[in-house]
Amino acid sequence: MEEHFENEMNLEFISKSANEAFARISVAAFASQLDPTIEELADIKTAVSEAVTNCIIHAYENKIGIVKICAKLKQDEIIVQISDNGKGIEDIQLAKEPLYTTKPNLERSGMGFTIMESFMDSINIESIVGVGTKVTMSKKIKKEETNQEELSQMTSMP
Amino acid sequence: MESKFYEKDKLLVFKITEEIDDHSVQKIRRKADYEIERFMPKRVVFDFNCVTFMDSAGIGLLVGRYKFANLLGAKLEVTNLTQSVNKIFEMSGILRLIPITTLEESIA
Repeated sequence: MEEHFENEMNLEFISKSANEAFARISVAAFASQLDPTIEELADIKTAVSEAVTNCIIHAYENKIGIVKICAKLKQDEIIVQISDNGKGIEDIQLAKEPLYTTKPNLERSGMGFTIMESFMDSINIESIVGVGTKVTMSKKIKKEETNQEELSQMTSMP
Repeated sequence: MESKFYEKDKLLVFKITEEIDDHSVQKIRRKADYEIERFMPKRVVFDFNCVTFMDSAGIGLLVGRYKFANLLGAKLEVTNLTQSVNKIFEMSGILRLIPITTLEESIA
């Protein structure tokens, strides 16, 4: 049975670096429905920026291709899927190594996947060489405890 | 990005005013390298006070400028790190290479 999501949005754009800001701001605007803190929103923006940059720089290199983003909201969680039809990753384990980069000449820091891993709750990478890569990340938006306390106080009122 | 050179102190300050990602670093990098070569400072300071967003492209940018400045005999420092910028700096370990500094009020 298909999972039921409370909200969903899909985005497609060509692999131009000028679209990086558009992509992260769009996902952040969508995520704001969950009422995240500024820090949680910054984390989501950064993770999306890293994944989209990977599509542009690595998957499509200097060619133009389509980057797709699908974001879903499920209760207090956001799930973001970023995919391309680019060249794929040969060795995912190696690509995830901190500071590993195939493009040191472009002053890439090799921190993209490390940032995605630590700024989001989970990350899953699927890739087929010559076919493309799909990165799925999720993050739970923690509701502030004070709010819940207030709520329980209110409901326990006579 | 705005830049200002203080002749007396041989200090070159770059105030980054844009979001830092793979797109914007290309312009920042060109301008920074051009100015470092032009002024030949002893100290180069990147001011992050107005930076509302930075991803790992910012780390690549700084490591690159660190090497370039070093080559020309200048020291690289950073100042006014915002919370989100600091988070990425700390994760990268770059602060072992590039110290955080404060600028005198007359300069900042």
